[in-house]
Amino acid sequence: MKNKMRVLWLSAIACNGNTHAFLNYPYMEQFLDDFEFIYHPVIDSEYSLEDIVSKEIPCDILLIEGAISKEFQRADVSVVDIIEKYSKIVQKIVTVGTCATFGGIFRESGYEETSGMHFDQDKPSQKFQDLIDKTISVSGCPVHPEVLVNTLYAIKKNAALKLDNFLRPKEFYAYTIHNGCTRNEYFEYKVDNHQFGKLEGCMFYDHGCQAPFTHGSCNKILWNEINSKTRAGLSCMGCTEPTFPRQNLFSTKKNMAIPENLPVGVGKRVYLTLAGISKAFKIDRLEKKLIDD
Amino acid sequence: MLDKKQLKKEQIMQSALELFASKGFYSTTIPDIALSLKMSVGNMYNYFKSKDVLAREIIKYISEYLGKKLREINEEDISTKEKTRKIIEEYFKTASLKPEMIDYFLRIYLSNREVFKDGCEGMICVNEFVTEIMIYFEEGVKCKDLREQDFFSAFGLFMGYLGGMVFLKGENVLPKDLNDYVDDITFNIYKALSTE
Repeated sequence: MKNKMRVLWLSAIACNGNTHAFLNYPYMEQFLDDFEFIYHPVIDSEYSLEDIVSKEIPCDILLIEGAISKEFQRADVSVVDIIEKYSKIVQKIVTVGTCATFGGIFRESGYEETSGMHFDQDKPSQKFQDLIDKTISVSGCPVHPEVLVNTLYAIKKNAALKLDNFLRPKEFYAYTIHNGCTRNEYFEYKVDNHQFGKLEGCMFYDHGCQAPFTHGSCNKILWNEINSKTRAGLSCMGCTEPTFPRQNLFSTKKNMAIPENLPVGVGKRVYLTLAGISKAFKIDRLEKKLIDD
Repeated sequence: MLDKKQLKKEQIMQSALELFASKGFYSTTIPDIALSLKMSVGNMYNYFKSKDVLAREIIKYISEYLGKKLREINEEDISTKEKTRKIIEEYFKTASLKPEMIDYFLRIYLSNREVFKDGCEGMICVNEFVTEIMIYFEEGVKCKDLREQDFFSAFGLFMGYLGGMVFLKGENVLPKDLNDYVDDITFNIYKALSTE
């Protein structure tokens, strides 16, 4: 019989968005040929949640979805206790999604001291210090299923993943969502002129798009293999970042015309110099619809 | 070698600026500028291929000069009100010590757009200066000293006011020295821009 990796998917304080996004993984059959869930909230598995909390079931990878609080229980046991028990026997722990990584939306859940596993937004958390070396974070609201699956395959193949300061694989998070955006022509010439749902215009200047300062691969590894938010006409909401969710997601916060958040690694003077040059030219082609019927 | 050439270019620009201020832009020719520097006309063209090219380089030179001064102010750890005052003082200081620079900006750059239409589109040639003004505004709004508003309504208020005062000084209309107006102008500009 094939040697499958045994995976425990544990939901903490979560909306199960990552679970549902994962179900859209297009090669699930192959995945389940290589991995086996000892427990998963919606996929049939060998053990019940009661088995998981009352016994110690052999397991290779612990996946945690949702924000974590000592107060929050699954099958009458604190998720912190479940994590501590299984973390001792697994090879790797993966925080799946932004809530498990940074706290995310459920950081506001009302449970005492709710945060991500190793980070409370961007601040390192004192909890689970001894597990940092075992942990990989794949943030996102929800996480891109291919990012999760490819991370699991890297663990299975013992491939060394380089991680960023938030324990995220650089392979997927060293880029920004801006990388691969089909609207880059409009970004270059500072043409916003966007209407939600339409294909023209850059959404960074007025419509709140966070792609130039959000780490991830949404425009390199497309969702459902066909699309991304920005391609479909919606601004990037910065869902992979510790700052998620921000307020006023559909308008760009500016201070006297200068966006408060600039593209990653671009200094203010550099940005303004380039912006000044771009704005000096009016590119008629980009001011109107490309296919105008 | 490059530095020596750059130095010579700056000498030419400075002489040109002085001649433009005294004789006027259109009445000053490349041979006039060459003569003032005891250079041959042919050699002048090694540095600037035409008077229009020289004109565009001069406005960039002025913008870099003022931009550098404003950057020093922007990088100081002082309140927005103090920065406002220092920018006004610096602008008037330049108008007193290097009147030809501000004169060129107001009377030549802003009044002869046909000379600058190719190569100085928008604010490209005054980029360093405008960038520092933008940063002054942006940081002022960020720390809540200044009110959020359209950049140009603030820029026009600030620079239009200062340019107007220097223009009046140049016309010998002002009864007092420019520096005597710094207190009132600082009060007026800050009051107009601030959240107070």
